[in-house]
Amino acid sequence: MPDKNNSFVIQSSPHLREKDSVPKIMYSVIISLLPAAFASIYFFRVQAAILLLSCIAASLITEALFLWLRKRPFHSLLDGSAAITGILLAMTLPPSLPLEFAIIGAVVAIGIGKQVFGGLGHNIFNPALVGRAFLQTAFPVAMTTWIPPAMIKVNTATFATPLANLKFQDAISQGTLTSLKELFWGNVGGCLGETSAFALILGALYLLLRRSIDWRIPVGIIVSLSLFTGIFWLANPGKYASPLFHVLAGGLIIGAFFIATDMVTSPISPLGAWIYALSIGLVIGLIRLFGGYAEGVMYSILFMNAFVPLLNKYTRPRILGEGRKT
Amino acid sequence: MRIKTFPHGVHPPEFKELTAEKSLEPMPPPEKVFIPLLQHFGSPAESLVSKGDEVSLGQKIGEGKTLFSAAVHSSISGKVLAVDHYIHPGGNLVPAVTIANDGEDRYVPLEKERKDPFSLSPEEIRQKVKEAGIVGLGGAAFPTSVKLTPPKDKPIDTIIINGCECEPVLTADYRLMLEFPEDILKGGEIICKATGATRLIMGIEDNKPGAFEILKKYAQNTRTEIALLKTKYPQGAEKNLISALLQREVPRGGLPFDVGVVVQNVGTTKAIWEAVSQGVPLFQRAITVSGSGIKEPKNLLVRLGTPFKDILEFCGGLKDGANMLIMGGPMMGISQWSLDVPLVKATSGILALDSPPPVLEYTCISCSRCVGHCPMGLVPTQLMKCVKYENLTLAEAWGILDCVECGSCQYVCPAKISLVHWIRWGKNRVTSMKRKKSA
Repeated sequence: MPDKNNSFVIQSSPHLREKDSVPKIMYSVIISLLPAAFASIYFFRVQAAILLLSCIAASLITEALFLWLRKRPFHSLLDGSAAITGILLAMTLPPSLPLEFAIIGAVVAIGIGKQVFGGLGHNIFNPALVGRAFLQTAFPVAMTTWIPPAMIKVNTATFATPLANLKFQDAISQGTLTSLKELFWGNVGGCLGETSAFALILGALYLLLRRSIDWRIPVGIIVSLSLFTGIFWLANPGKYASPLFHVLAGGLIIGAFFIATDMVTSPISPLGAWIYALSIGLVIGLIRLFGGYAEGVMYSILFMNAFVPLLNKYTRPRILGEGRKT
Repeated sequence: MRIKTFPHGVHPPEFKELTAEKSLEPMPPPEKVFIPLLQHFGSPAESLVSKGDEVSLGQKIGEGKTLFSAAVHSSISGKVLAVDHYIHPGGNLVPAVTIANDGEDRYVPLEKERKDPFSLSPEEIRQKVKEAGIVGLGGAAFPTSVKLTPPKDKPIDTIIINGCECEPVLTADYRLMLEFPEDILKGGEIICKATGATRLIMGIEDNKPGAFEILKKYAQNTRTEIALLKTKYPQGAEKNLISALLQREVPRGGLPFDVGVVVQNVGTTKAIWEAVSQGVPLFQRAITVSGSGIKEPKNLLVRLGTPFKDILEFCGGLKDGANMLIMGGPMMGISQWSLDVPLVKATSGILALDSPPPVLEYTCISCSRCVGHCPMGLVPTQLMKCVKYENLTLAEAWGILDCVECGSCQYVCPAKISLVHWIRWGKNRVTSMKRKKSA
């Protein structure tokens, strides 16, 4: 028993706190990405594993370097956020990307995407996507060279992702459009995390149940992309692919559940989240159907990231009793 | 029956099992009491006694001379040792009267004659409540007579008796409901009479089925409705309770009067009945003494002005390792630095805890959990940032003054930011900024 005065801990209320914490949230995201990471290793074998490990290592080293330069405590290195950036970056890269390019991507992601803004919580754009956008611009050929999964034997010279096949090779009239079943299980070409929708959804369910991500964001993206592509599909199924194809193909699932939901770079109000998510889906649809790229997830999310401060400003939730007269 | 509730809020662990089955036990009066003359929201009462005076139990020793003030009564009989300043659990020094107990408990009720309480006029009821020094016993300590005086242009149609006790750990209100259901219901009727309200609702959280059943039984054949509410914090916060029970929204910056409602806590309601029916002034109150650091957790009836030290000793003392003392509940209670502070009208409980090790604070990652849990619809993280970066005008525009400091945001914050601390400081600064502007 503290002896009379001045030995009690004094603090501001509340005196109870929930156990969840920033590192726990970050590690839950890492856990949720494991099924997809293992799926990518299954499909692309050692290349995927090396890519994942080198991106994680490069992210952590860059984070440590910047923390040291900025004279910040090193505990934030272990909060898990830099590792997530590394994993997500690797998941958005083609499996055949040369290792040095991937490492440059990770350095840019953490350095330019995150630390120059002030580190965790201060960045405007999703760091992994900043890294990927840099690579896409700097090394366009390497970033669009695809290899098939280990279990299919095809002519690698003409191998394309399902979306590129759809857009540039007239897949629907040729009858070569990838089947939904293959898209779902992931036996297709693409970035590490673009392949198995099943493995991604498995991890995403865990995040949703744990409430680590806002359900409005994936729902909003999927709904608006489906509506947009659905209208064109109904009008001309001979030219346009079905909404389900668009949802399962490319980086939509990983983007909607794991990248757009990044807490730091998504809006804080429910209304803001809806506007953000519906807009991302729409922009993806526009790029895929009418843009110069086969895939549009990365640029849509980066584009909407830029609007988040504005959305936060103009979508303040209604205060209890607001608008009622005294 | 549909269980009512409000949007948002949190579900902290309850810890009520420590004391829920323990009856209210009257604690013997201590040797000395230190009765602050400021135990309510408003200005201090003025002392009516001086050093050396003999006082009896229930004698008025402080007069509330302004509207927002309340009378203060002696809680023991004995001799006034000092009329000066003493520490208050709120953290400041306030005028206080120190009385030595003569052990006789000579009691003089406020009045000799007794009238049928239901024959009294609203004005007479208010007068009796004011004379008895009753303030809100839920914790805010707002002078009750003011709450019973609705403005002429704002008719009151509904009285809500607040039996939520949504703070974890506390069980004193639960015990009051189990042990004094009749007094509470009659008190409710008196409040209706004083305010002209026709509807009387009592709200009880569904983690207190015992209280719900017993009140339901006593309320049979009366107009009182007993409503079951979801166990959720802060269900008992006035504005949230009104929205849960009546789907009415108190305007921003307004009072329950604005939607025709008066809310009174069960303890207050019981005190009103005792004052009006028997002339008993407020000289004691029900509290819960609990927490992981208390040897024998109890529900007690304690005389006002009793030092915390005496109360803790009566509960077997503190366990080794107890290093935090809180007045009130764990969500809104105030940390205490001394065992010498006295029990005041606003003390709903005394908790001793082994405080958790200091947590590592992270930067806000905009997870928006604070937004999703704020019962007032605020954006706590934005308010925190406004205060931190000195943008008080923006803080005001984003509703910092609407914050009720319930602590839900900080409870859920995964970055462990002291949101309530920032917001409370910001509220003070915004209020003084506004005062300067209008001056």
